[in-house]
Amino acid sequence: MKDLRAIGVFALLVGLVPAFSHSGVILNWLMMALFATLLSQAWNVLGGFGGQFSFGHAVFFGTGAYTQVLLQLSWGLSPWLALGLAVLISAGLGAALGAVSFRYGLKGSYFALVTLAFAEVFRILALSVGFTGGGVGLMLPLSESFGNMQFSSRAGYVWLILCWVVVALLITAFLRHSRFGAYLQAVRDNEDAARALGVNPFTLKCAATMLSAGLMGAGGAFYLQVFQYIDPNLVYGSHTSISALVGAIVGGMGTLWGPVLGAMALELLSELTRNLFGELPGINLVIYGVLLILIMVFLPRGLVGLRERWVSRSQRARTPLGLAPKSPVTERLSAGELPVTQSERPTSGVGGHGDAA
Amino acid sequence: MGAVYTLIALGLTLIYGVLHIINFAHGAALMAALFAVYGLNQVYGLDPYLSMGIVVPGMFVFGYGLQRFVIERASHERDENILLVTLGVSIVMENLALLLFHSDTRSIDTDYTLSTVTLLGCVLAKAKVISFVGAMVVSALLVVLIQKTDLGRAIRAVAKEKQGARLMGINVEHVYAMSFGIGMASLGAAAAFLLPSFYVNPTVGNGFVLVAFTIVVLGGMGSFLGAWVGGLLVGVVESVGGLFLGDSLGQVGIFLIFIVVLLFRPQGLFGAKS
Repeated sequence: MKDLRAIGVFALLVGLVPAFSHSGVILNWLMMALFATLLSQAWNVLGGFGGQFSFGHAVFFGTGAYTQVLLQLSWGLSPWLALGLAVLISAGLGAALGAVSFRYGLKGSYFALVTLAFAEVFRILALSVGFTGGGVGLMLPLSESFGNMQFSSRAGYVWLILCWVVVALLITAFLRHSRFGAYLQAVRDNEDAARALGVNPFTLKCAATMLSAGLMGAGGAFYLQVFQYIDPNLVYGSHTSISALVGAIVGGMGTLWGPVLGAMALELLSELTRNLFGELPGINLVIYGVLLILIMVFLPRGLVGLRERWVSRSQRARTPLGLAPKSPVTERLSAGELPVTQSERPTSGVGGHGDAA
Repeated sequence: MGAVYTLIALGLTLIYGVLHIINFAHGAALMAALFAVYGLNQVYGLDPYLSMGIVVPGMFVFGYGLQRFVIERASHERDENILLVTLGVSIVMENLALLLFHSDTRSIDTDYTLSTVTLLGCVLAKAKVISFVGAMVVSALLVVLIQKTDLGRAIRAVAKEKQGARLMGINVEHVYAMSFGIGMASLGAAAAFLLPSFYVNPTVGNGFVLVAFTIVVLGGMGSFLGAWVGGLLVGVVESVGGLFLGDSLGQVGIFLIFIVVLLFRPQGLFGAKS
């Protein structure tokens, strides 16, 4: 409930920004920040909660973008209908690639490598086959109207992407509070133990990939609607995969607000570098890479981890015995916050320190 | 090409075999080495083969430092973190190169770039023959280093049983960094052999990194013999694939082999089913 309220407040606050500000700079930044948030949150569903690190999330992004443009150009479908189909097809692709990878037990580094290879295969195929326009790319004709999902002001795009960010946040909140999410995190923390307890890791990981891919596909479709042009390197290129991953990790994997925080911070940072250095090729990704390394060295739990660290430190000061800190999931399970079957529920519910992040 | 692939893959498989990590920065490091060879040639007019004397030790020091001061500190005892850190390193290196050298593709001209030799009735590019023989010799040296020297024994001991090796008085962190350095140094040699018949641009590593991973996976992670056979095999597949399908689709062939191998035989051609 607390999460839902927070998401509501977030949506309201962000949604009101276009009503008060007509500044193109602010709205543009907000739009790109929300867009980055959607990608990071999508990665977070699979990487943060499922523990499966994908290095090739661009494969779903690109598929969403291409579905969106092809359905409009070849079949003359309404972009609103196309958006739904783009999400479904990306999700389907996610389920398929996930099923293939997990069926053969790929995990950890191997999974990361295979996703990278999938993204590369799709990029090269999109460059080679005819209907994607090859390297020339595809252009969506400009005609601004609500029905065409092309808005004359940035405000329309801000609201559109905000809707998707809210969907992503709701999915993440669901992962935090549902049995499905608890199972998924159990698989992440110890797959063998989870299996021994009767959880089916294969189905769970496939479902997580599907959710994640669907969100990523929505991001791709949105990208097309905003920029009206795509080519294979743009949408299947590795920078999309990287910014999704870095945003989630910088903010904090497996948390609700971490990816939001991380993606917004990254967007702010890249805006600053754009002002400082101008449009130098690659400078953004250099900074992303440096940030990724620094975060891994000093703050492996991300920006959100800062707060948790502070909370646990002040708690440790209060406990006389140096008790080992419990993992968030166990803690919340024992605090009765997560749905467990009645017999498993501990009778004395000693309250935890509330929701982390 | 196959022999140079072997050399690149040997470096990767050494790092994997000892540290049990997948070094994502392998391709970017190769790119850096290629640029170093290129720079030495352009600025000081150094012959690419001679520049090995500088690039190989340079890459070794770079690898040692990277493992000791960055990767080790970021790992927090979790493999996933190492994967992410090496990814970060590769992103930084690749884009730094893009920033400094732009995305132009460069190659060097030597007096033997275009000369050929005739061997058993086949006309072969001289630079390719040299790189094949040279890469084979360096790979052989690498195997001797691992099998016969004290350092090699220490490396194998750490790879097999980390705790046991530590108890025997082996400095595990040092051995880790040494292995990483040697892996990087073999990239330096590969770069020197590669450049006379190849080119360099900031993203050149990407193609190689997946090829190297394919070879390593094909040959079985951590197996030297596997890396040899896998390297030659992939070299042949790529040339034949490129001949029949054209260059860009030939690359798809490599990725598809990679995916198929990962899915169906992750233990490699020679690995036992675990």
